[in-house]
Amino acid sequence: MTQLALVIDLNVCVGCHACVTSCKEWNTSGVSGPMFDDAPYGKDPTGTFFNRVQTYEIGCFPNTETLHFPKSCLHCEEAPCVPVCPTGASHKRDQDGIVLVDYDKCIGCKYCSWACPYGAREFDEHQKVMKKCTLCYDRIYNQDFPESERKPACVLSCPTSARLFGDVHDPESDVSVAIRERGGYQLMPEWGTKPANHYLPRRKTRKQIHAEDLVRVDNPLSKEDIRRETSKDITLDDWLM
Amino acid sequence: MHPAFSVIFLTTLIGVGQGMFLAVFTGESYAAVHLLPGQDSSAFYALGTAVALAFMVLGLFAAVFHLGKPSYFITRAWRGITQWRTSWLSRELIMLPLTMFLVFLYAVFHYFGWGKDLAVPPTLVLGSITTAAVFGLFLATGMIYASLKFIREWYCSLTVINYVLLGGASGFTLAAAFSAYQAPELVTFYAIWAMIITAAGLVTRGASLIRNARIKPIATMQSAIGVRHTHIQQKSMGMMGGSYNTREYFHHKTRAFLKSVKWIFLVLAFAAPLALLALGQGGNVELLLAAFGVQYVGLLFERWFFFAQANHPQNLYYQTV
Repeated sequence: MTQLALVIDLNVCVGCHACVTSCKEWNTSGVSGPMFDDAPYGKDPTGTFFNRVQTYEIGCFPNTETLHFPKSCLHCEEAPCVPVCPTGASHKRDQDGIVLVDYDKCIGCKYCSWACPYGAREFDEHQKVMKKCTLCYDRIYNQDFPESERKPACVLSCPTSARLFGDVHDPESDVSVAIRERGGYQLMPEWGTKPANHYLPRRKTRKQIHAEDLVRVDNPLSKEDIRRETSKDITLDDWLM
Repeated sequence: MHPAFSVIFLTTLIGVGQGMFLAVFTGESYAAVHLLPGQDSSAFYALGTAVALAFMVLGLFAAVFHLGKPSYFITRAWRGITQWRTSWLSRELIMLPLTMFLVFLYAVFHYFGWGKDLAVPPTLVLGSITTAAVFGLFLATGMIYASLKFIREWYCSLTVINYVLLGGASGFTLAAAFSAYQAPELVTFYAIWAMIITAAGLVTRGASLIRNARIKPIATMQSAIGVRHTHIQQKSMGMMGGSYNTREYFHHKTRAFLKSVKWIFLVLAFAAPLALLALGQGGNVELLLAAFGVQYVGLLFERWFFFAQANHPQNLYYQTV
């Protein structure tokens, strides 16, 4: 069975919000649209977004680091938002595992958003139905695009390639290899929702330098340094001769 | 969570209606085995049930405003009966009209006095079926909240028990006031039962307050973003104005406000009606009506607190609200 998902590399995300704006641009003009903005230039601008980038500071000054954290629907394999829907509007597709809302069946009761521990759903205040990330299902199968562009808008727009897209059930797919080899993890695994989207952790390249790396204990030069008294110790080089 | 007044009114109003029906049918079944004096079919049983039905209709009216658009009630809400296999909300959407129909039928049988001379009056059979439906509706309403395992404050059998007892208490209090007009010899019976159920509700609601005060969250900031560090501080929520995430899941009131609502509902929904019922059990109509009014207002506060107290795990991602 196919389970399409995103894998987000927190190590290279720079928090530029390109995925946020391209998501909004594609989806507001696609089948999920329009996605309204209210008072965009007013005091309290608000609107419907499927994807947001948050920023966290980890550690205490001066040992801090900044983490940019893109957040959208995780397309859970055990999606808790689906069984609670009274009308069947909220559903998980069999063919690719994408969790979708049928906007013509949704009654806007918001119960699915209560049942999602990640707060991934957004209620559209104008259309009065629940909306959420569609994984650009109206784009990834679109034959009008060249194959290289049949990807979610957020993936295509990411300037640092922090977003990977593919089938996490195929063990040889790029996303599966990335999860397997680069420590991919799920959010709040304790709830048992089995999110399909994974995150790759921040990684730092560090070199562990030990004292003996700097000063060689059996340094042959110490035998030959005639400025000082030469050592009688046997060095490795004596054995090699 | 943000308390929605549509749901506050829905759950409290149908609770009164369900409790009132249970009270009326309790009266009829006690009379059937000669524990209580029988009452006039249309003046007491039919009228009392009609009052119960009126509260349920008002509750249904309030529920319409919980839909995205009220017009969805006509165009889309019928789909709500399709997912009864998995959704407690769907089960409630089936049970509510079904229960209302059975309550209506019960009232009609009493009003016209159909079959009241039979050995087993059809109203007793119908009333028993309706009683089962009423409890089924209580179960569905409670389970809507008790089945959400992410919201720890609700994920508990006490949630369902409280819906049954608080609905029952307000219904029996209303029945006490109603009988002061229509059947004065039943006032003491209903008032004492109302006091017993109210006291039981105080015990179980108090138990859930104690439970929720010591609840430990399962999800943490660390598991929410997957970073193992004791000190994580949110700097940006991804937007500068609010969003659905900051509106729907927060009550936006101070801790002191929440605490005062708790004491208000403990007094209005439990202590005051218990005192008024005790004073008015002799048949004082004003005191009994006041007991119901005060208790209903108290239950509005109780339901507001029930929603506001629930802390949704998504709030971990919105720390700077």
